[in-house]
Amino acid sequence: MALDTAANPRLARLEAILDAHEGREGPLLPILHDVQAAFGCVPAEVIPRIADRLNLTRAEVHGVVSFYHDFRDEPAGRVVVKLCRSEACKATGADALAAAAEARCGVAMGETAADGAVTLEPVYCLGLCACGPAAMVGDTLVGRLDADRLDAMLKERGL
Amino acid sequence: MRVYLPRDAAAKALGAEAVAEALLAEAARRGVALELIRTGTRGMIWLEPLAEVEIDGVRHGVGPMTPGDVPALFEGAAAHPKALGPVEALDWMKRQTRLTFARCGLIDPLSLADYEAHGGLAGLRRALGMTPAQIVEEVTESGLRGRGGAGFPTGIKWTTVLKAEAPQKYIVCNADEGDSGTFADRMLMEGDPFTLIEGMTIAGLGVGATKGYVYLRSEYPDAIEVMEAAVRLARDAGVLGADVLGSGRAFDMEIRVGAGAYVCGEETSLLNSLEGRRGIVRAKPPLPAIEGLFGRPTVVNNVISLATVPVIFEKGARFYADFGLGRSKGTIPLQIAGNVARGGLFETAFGMPLGRIVEEIAGGTASGRPVKAVQVGGPLGAYMHPAQFDTPFGYEEFDGQGGLIGHAGLVVFDDSADMLEMARFAMEFCAVESCGKCTPCRIGAVRGVETLDRVRQGDAAALGLLEDLCETMSAGSLCALGGFTPYPVMSALRHFPEEFGMAREAAE
Ligand SMILES: Cc1cc2nc3c(=O)[nH]c(=O)nc-3n(C[C@H](O)[C@H](O)[C@H](O)COP(=O)(O)O)c2cc1C
Ligand code: SF4
Ligand code: FES
Ligand code: FES
Repeated sequence: MALDTAANPRLARLEAILDAHEGREGPLLPILHDVQAAFGCVPAEVIPRIADRLNLTRAEVHGVVSFYHDFRDEPAGRVVVKLCRSEACKATGADALAAAAEARCGVAMGETAADGAVTLEPVYCLGLCACGPAAMVGDTLVGRLDADRLDAMLKERGL
Repeated sequence: MRVYLPRDAAAKALGAEAVAEALLAEAARRGVALELIRTGTRGMIWLEPLAEVEIDGVRHGVGPMTPGDVPALFEGAAAHPKALGPVEALDWMKRQTRLTFARCGLIDPLSLADYEAHGGLAGLRRALGMTPAQIVEEVTESGLRGRGGAGFPTGIKWTTVLKAEAPQKYIVCNADEGDSGTFADRMLMEGDPFTLIEGMTIAGLGVGATKGYVYLRSEYPDAIEVMEAAVRLARDAGVLGADVLGSGRAFDMEIRVGAGAYVCGEETSLLNSLEGRRGIVRAKPPLPAIEGLFGRPTVVNNVISLATVPVIFEKGARFYADFGLGRSKGTIPLQIAGNVARGGLFETAFGMPLGRIVEEIAGGTASGRPVKAVQVGGPLGAYMHPAQFDTPFGYEEFDGQGGLIGHAGLVVFDDSADMLEMARFAMEFCAVESCGKCTPCRIGAVRGVETLDRVRQGDAAALGLLEDLCETMSAGSLCALGGFTPYPVMSALRHFPEEFGMAREAAE
């Protein structure tokens, strides 16, 4: 199938990703990770082409994308704050921290601010269970997080 | 001056990068030649970032470090206000039996030379002189049981794969480590990745598999980075590839990244995910050992199971099997987490009573309040009451107490914990993470959350409903996500009935 890649640079990028995984065993998840890294999400427009190249149906590819918590259908906010909600962090105050984070960011857990500045998300364990509450702010892991420290980290990121 | 500083994710999360920068800046300012070696963590997370300064060949610890503590380090580590003395002499280190984690925190994780200088590759070299049947027999004799949770004998699993005839077999390492309170896999992969590579290679030689995959959760970016680098280095050095250490035998491996689904830690869901499908659990039989990845015979083992194989081959099966208690042989890396004074990883022979781990090793709670409960074995593990503190840490011993050891994570709660909320969370987690294949799990967990909300509001009839629901989930779920969620729920209810009843009275 010929694709009008010249008219749509995103599709050209997609072709390069698909080419890079050519011949691998079970390539779908690695492809989806690369797509999300390139586009910030797995946009609906890429699904037919992925399906085509891997000899799958669109429904199959969509089914995989929707199964995994990591894949987004829309880009996240500029700063993504992932707060651990699991037991070890709950034992050290993660619930109170989550409430404080919601108030500070002005969004509920699992949502992106209307201006696209910040996304607040739950995560179920970061392997930092001996130094909870744990979080990932952008690419930075942080342990023993409290509301003041979170506030400072958000300020450093212009929020 | 030679300083060691962990690059482990927990050390970073507690500020190791800022300390590293301060060290380099201070050395430059003083004109001191500084050799900064980034290691894994020793596992004393409450002391991180823990710097180690070599004095007369002995590593002295200083920590927990902040950038402000850096200048004094250059005045002499022994006299530093945060000096801890020789690291190996610390109580936490001395009391351990570090077999699987012997090198973790000690060496540069990405130096093969360092790895070999500390016993690395000795096990693989020995295995290369053995037949596949001898390799599998050695693992069987060691008594090693799967550290991923189920405790299945590793030698038996390998035997099945060895005997299966197929043009291709696989070794799959389960590095999905989704259980709250666990981080042994992460620590090992970040601190001593070649051990896992060596273990997988021995597994490949043993069962006749030439290809391996590590399914590594996306929540572990540091582990992914280290493992990928280690695989490249091992391949360049001829440890992996078509001619493993010049033996003429082939084994190679790849790192694959998960996508945030807890259920993908279940081995058949993991295989579906590796194949590029939805992570739905498969019915067994067929066992993965017979029909696993792409329908081929596959060993699926946890990181710690595989990373323990090299030391078994280095020191011998008998040496390993001599540690432990009853049918729980060898050592277990306890991961001590939650509300504890001293949290971290402590590797010891099976058999230490739960109470000693919590009181002596962990030093009780961080808050200083009394311990109320300890959840052992992750989100599907039971809440253990202090009255059960004499339970020795072993598979059968915990089973006998209505619990499980799982991946050996211990999450400690103080007396402010709300056990009804913890029971509700267990149901909520199951509802969020269910693969959706069976009704008791998919629908039952949602009903469980609703039912616990009714209990919270004082609805007495809801408790009976909750027990029925738990029975249905235990009996009618295909895998342990739906099947074991009743453990935390029912143990919370059994040990703390007043918290479920108090809510009722309060509402009346
Ligand atoms: C819901 C669920 C999650 C699991 N998560 C993990 C995991 O993260 N890591 C792991 O090694 N085993 C996990 N297991 C156990 C695996 O299914 C399997 O028993 C294990 O990988 C086998 O390796 P082992 O024998 O070395 O323990 C999980 C099981 C279930 C039911
Ligand atoms: S118990 Fe739950 S997670 Fe396990 S197979 Fe059934 S629906 Fe899937
Ligand atoms: S429970 Fe929060 S990091 Fe593990
Ligand atoms: S598949 Fe429907 S209950 Fe198991």
